[in-house]
Amino acid sequence: MDQTRRSLIKAAAGTALLSAVPGGSLLAQDKSPIKVGVLHSLSGTMAISETSLKDVALMTFDQINAKGGILGRKIEPIVVDPASNWPLFAEKARQLLTQDKVAATFGCWTSVSRKSVLPVYEELNGLLFYPVQYEGEEMSKNVFYTGAAPNQQAIPATEYLMSPEGGGAKRFFLLGTDYVYPRTTNKILRAFLKSKGVKETDIEEIYTPFGHSDYQTIVANIKKYSTGGKTCVISTINGDSNVPFYKELGNAGLKATDVPVVAFSVGEEELRGIDTKPLVGHLAAWNYFMSLKNPQNTAFIKEWLAYVKAKNLTGGDKRVTNDPMEATYVGIHMWKQAVEKAKSADVAAVRKAMYGQKYAAPCGFELTMNDNHHLSKPVFIGEIKADGQFNIVWKTKGPIRAQPWSQYIDGNQGKPDKVAA
Amino acid sequence: MNATALPLEVAATSIAHEPRARLFSPAGWAAIGVALLVFGVVVPLLALAVPEGNALHLTSYALTLSGKILCYALCAVALDLVWGYCGILSLGHGLFFALGGYAMGMYLMRSIGLDGVYHMDLPDFMVFLDWKTLPWYWKGTHSFAYSALLVVLVPGLLAFVFGYFAFRSRIKGVYLSIITQALTYAAMLLFFRNDTGFGGNNGFTDFKRILGFSIHAPGTRVVLFALSGFALVGALVLCRFIVTSRLGRVVTAIRDAESRVMFCGYDPKAYKLFVWTLSAVLCGIAGALYVPQVGIINPSEMAPTNSIEMVVWVATGGRGTLFGPIVGAGVVNLAKSYFTVAAPEYWLFFLGLIFVLVTIFLPQGIVGLLRRRKQG
Amino acid sequence: MGSGLDWNSYPVEAGSAAKFAPHPRAIVRAGTAHPMIMRILVLLLALLAASLSPASQALTPESLKPFAGDEASEKLTAIDALIAAPDARVAAVLAAIRDDRLAYTDDTHFYVGETGAYVDAVSGAAATPKADDLKPVEINNRIRAKLNAALAAMDLLSPDRAVRAKAVADLEKASDPALVALVDSALATEQDPALKATLQVVRAAFALKTSDREQKLAALVALGASESPQTRQLLLPFVEKTKEGGFVEADAELRGAAEASLKSIDQRQQKGELLGSLFTGISLGSILLLVALGLAITYGLMGVINMAHGEFLMIGAYATYVVQGWFRAHWPGAESWYLAAAIPVAFLVTAAVGAVLERTVIRFLYGRPLETLLATFGISLLLIQLTRTIFGAQNVEVANPAWMSGGIQILPNLILPWNRLYIIAFSAIVVAGVWAILNLTRLGLYVRAVTQNRAMAGCVGVKTPRVDMLAFALGAGIAGLGGVALSQIGNVGPDLGQSYIIDSFMVVVLGGVGQLAGTIVGSLSLGIVSKFLEPYAGAVLAKIMVLVFIILFIQRRPQGMFALKGRSADA
Repeated sequence: MDQTRRSLIKAAAGTALLSAVPGGSLLAQDKSPIKVGVLHSLSGTMAISETSLKDVALMTFDQINAKGGILGRKIEPIVVDPASNWPLFAEKARQLLTQDKVAATFGCWTSVSRKSVLPVYEELNGLLFYPVQYEGEEMSKNVFYTGAAPNQQAIPATEYLMSPEGGGAKRFFLLGTDYVYPRTTNKILRAFLKSKGVKETDIEEIYTPFGHSDYQTIVANIKKYSTGGKTCVISTINGDSNVPFYKELGNAGLKATDVPVVAFSVGEEELRGIDTKPLVGHLAAWNYFMSLKNPQNTAFIKEWLAYVKAKNLTGGDKRVTNDPMEATYVGIHMWKQAVEKAKSADVAAVRKAMYGQKYAAPCGFELTMNDNHHLSKPVFIGEIKADGQFNIVWKTKGPIRAQPWSQYIDGNQGKPDKVAA
Repeated sequence: MNATALPLEVAATSIAHEPRARLFSPAGWAAIGVALLVFGVVVPLLALAVPEGNALHLTSYALTLSGKILCYALCAVALDLVWGYCGILSLGHGLFFALGGYAMGMYLMRSIGLDGVYHMDLPDFMVFLDWKTLPWYWKGTHSFAYSALLVVLVPGLLAFVFGYFAFRSRIKGVYLSIITQALTYAAMLLFFRNDTGFGGNNGFTDFKRILGFSIHAPGTRVVLFALSGFALVGALVLCRFIVTSRLGRVVTAIRDAESRVMFCGYDPKAYKLFVWTLSAVLCGIAGALYVPQVGIINPSEMAPTNSIEMVVWVATGGRGTLFGPIVGAGVVNLAKSYFTVAAPEYWLFFLGLIFVLVTIFLPQGIVGLLRRRKQG
Repeated sequence: MGSGLDWNSYPVEAGSAAKFAPHPRAIVRAGTAHPMIMRILVLLLALLAASLSPASQALTPESLKPFAGDEASEKLTAIDALIAAPDARVAAVLAAIRDDRLAYTDDTHFYVGETGAYVDAVSGAAATPKADDLKPVEINNRIRAKLNAALAAMDLLSPDRAVRAKAVADLEKASDPALVALVDSALATEQDPALKATLQVVRAAFALKTSDREQKLAALVALGASESPQTRQLLLPFVEKTKEGGFVEADAELRGAAEASLKSIDQRQQKGELLGSLFTGISLGSILLLVALGLAITYGLMGVINMAHGEFLMIGAYATYVVQGWFRAHWPGAESWYLAAAIPVAFLVTAAVGAVLERTVIRFLYGRPLETLLATFGISLLLIQLTRTIFGAQNVEVANPAWMSGGIQILPNLILPWNRLYIIAFSAIVVAGVWAILNLTRLGLYVRAVTQNRAMAGCVGVKTPRVDMLAFALGAGIAGLGGVALSQIGNVGPDLGQSYIIDSFMVVVLGGVGQLAGTIVGSLSLGIVSKFLEPYAGAVLAKIMVLVFIILFIQRRPQGMFALKGRSADA
């Protein structure tokens, strides 16, 4: 009897307390799921790269939901397929924001897709997390950029190649696919090289169209160019076309010790589809490699492979992790932390809570989201190994702050390094 | 293909005396009237006057999607004119659509003025390519009138020149289709080059205003939508007028038996060229209306697969009917929007199946199916 | 430049040998004795001495210890130490490191070899380390370059001519006066005339650095005979202009000799480039031939342009991938020969798919070529998505077998890759086979008959539906073979076919149908013209020019170059 009364009093007191706390009643009410959008191409030319990002995003949502969700609410992902079609990206983005009313979107890969959805996000005040390395020259208050800006990838790689450790290159062959990322990166690199005293005649800039597969003439040109001095190739060739380029290099007998090639769009995923024997020794620069050895990365890879197995994804245990996947993972966790800090999924509140967010990422460092909407990330240079993984040959001491407005482009001087409130 | 052709001998002698076929049945005119009313009155009301949150409110998403489909429908009508009525299967009409879009895009890029990322008078992509002045082919595009002229002239001129040489050499059938593919592919490669001066792979984007009005304002959206609708109706009436005229009879005859038309004394070149050029101009106009609604134009609009998708709209709806392609464009694009959300991995299966099934089992398309049902 | 950032403050990993502060010397002055080259010189003299004393002094577990660590600088020092007292065992270990065949279990136990056949690195005795504990020794480009030069120096006195030839070729890249003594001693003992000539050129390159004017002049003249592209690098400083417009090299005679030598070298280079363009053109042409041949046969026969043709290429490439997988799983020893098995498999699989396609879809659209075009486009979408669903959207790896990698060096600036040579030969064989089928078999007879006049052939008793199916299957099978070839030179992914379909159309349209000659001439001319335009106009403009050329060509001659059918009104 006494015990029942005691428990009744306890219960009554507890309910009174709960209802007395102002947020308490809200928390008790709002258990509805938080909707998030996943905007990656699952068909078309970009499906090769973007399908893995969708998979890792879903894996992260599952992981967070298994631990109870955010603020007690489960995450409900809405996956749409813009089919590598740029106007369709804008349409899907609008749909996610107006019909599904998502709290945040994780998506895009190419700069065109991002530029196509940017006006939509700015008009409807949405939040986009963009995980791919890109050319900079953008700083929108509706986008958080978790990929590298040129000063976190291209410049360190070039410095490495100029150093004795990297081969002491004197001539630079800038080879890229003809679109904005290589053009801007090469412009920045040209100005950077000039500032280091490299002559105009020691820099060569060549562009090939998308899907270009016959590199015989270009490789012959590289060979000829290299007779003028120790040459390195800085390749901003778009992912797929790297394969025929490397094959041609290998067949022409140009080894990495003669003419090292550093690529910015070649990661573990692209190497999966190549025979890597002729590529041993060529380089890539990223902010994350699967072969990094640290506890966060081990856990990340383990979880990823378990997810692949559980969902029976194609590729099985040959699936790999790469930089954009890690950036997606970090972005989602940072967003989760921001929502918890702001106690709401409202865009303005989350944005403010994002500044200064830190996360112990699989790259082994603690990354910070700065008020310029970009992450401070470390830089790694890796050499391709015969098994398709990378051997890390150099890394920065710690994370570097991104510089979206490169000082090497006219008109950028004087631009503030933070987003206007 | 030979659904309604009269025996040619009868046609040739009686063309001079036969009364013009009526443009539309009373039901057809009524449908057009309703459509005009919807475009001009109902939709603006639903989009602007009805408050948000109300079930009847037309979201900006639905508005832009519908506007896009209307532009596609206009293209489909243009393609039907040239394929359904003249027998020229063009697999490169997307080129004219894109050219009209680019012409409008040039005007929109100039209208950004100093509000671009670099706050300079030149479009952003020229700034980072280190160009100091506008190339000559950009001069004058700050004026809306001139750009509107370009929208009509550029696709029209290209079509005229290409058609003149092609029809003069009597290239037809599959060879012509392949050549139109090559044309649009070559143009796509050209526009993908950043050095060509049209923004390369990024194309034109980040538009701010059109004719002084903000491009994101709901009012502007509604006006663009209404204009697309009116253009579609106008094109429908125009094409119907042409195909029911004397010229139209000859064109249909060319589709059915070109050699016989030649032997009867007509020169098919001029007829084909006229229809072909008109169709290109209509596509250009569709492209010009499409770009401000979608907010971006880039060379992948010229991709060969885009043009082939246009053909499937016409085939699905029913070619040779003018109204069918509108239905086809609507059905296929709505299905696309639905499938890429509901079952993204299966969208291409569905599209492929439509192609196959429609060509084998539904040669007359949906409209033909409905007609058969009505008759039988 | 007015950069707002101080690049010298770039954070660098403490203790790393990679000094990232921009080094003060922008140009390595020629003539500075590179410390590494000095050591190689010492090595060689030591080698001569060591050949008298067999015991290995340098190779101890202690000397190999740094290779178990992460520090590249320590590994470089360890290599220097090993080179100082070289012998056969040291050479073996160094070669193993370079080839990724050195592994360790801890910092005192090192093993050389592959799984199942390990020997202890120090003693050379057979050993069986636990596979789980073995970690590979990792190196970077700088270490690799050092190892190459060291091993090359050791090879210079080898009794095997091929080894010496390679060593001389490697030495050509390192033109350092400290190696003069080395080269002189090799010249003294070298008997082979070709190698001797190359060594003399190498010697002349070194002589350029001396201050003796006569020697320099003689060297400049001698270098005109050099076949090596690296020689240009050496001659260029003699004709370099200063900022004011004068010449860096004051002596006019030396300058004249350098110019004359440069000219003769350039002429030889040009010859190499011309041959190179021709070869790449033929190679591209052979690929276009394989890709377009099947299409030409089906179009000539049935007037059907098959938009799914690109997908037949893709199916052939994926069949190759699957066969490679079988070989890897069941006969790993014979893996290099998977291609031989892939050829018939790809042909049969694609032919079967083609036959099914013809029976189920194309047959219903007989006489309606435009509809067939559309229906086959739908089929192509289905096939692409099916492949994506089964194999995944990512590219899959198809490795070149060992006998297809690398190339054969014709001229110093011309290497013909083996894979392209094999593909040219392969396409020639395929064309010969198709010719044989078309002209020597019954089926071929029927195919030719139906192509020329379908109605008449039917009247005479040819079973046209069956001929259609078999010819379509044949065309598809040839496309499958094209896919096998494509898998060796490019990506294998679901979109493989899309990049070749326009090119196949162009070949068919240009070459005309009904005759094999049309396809052959069309593809070869397209390939060669594209490749000759490319150095001048760039890849994109070259392609556009070729397309425009074809469009214009068709205006003049709509039936293509070699046409069987006349320009009949109903053609």
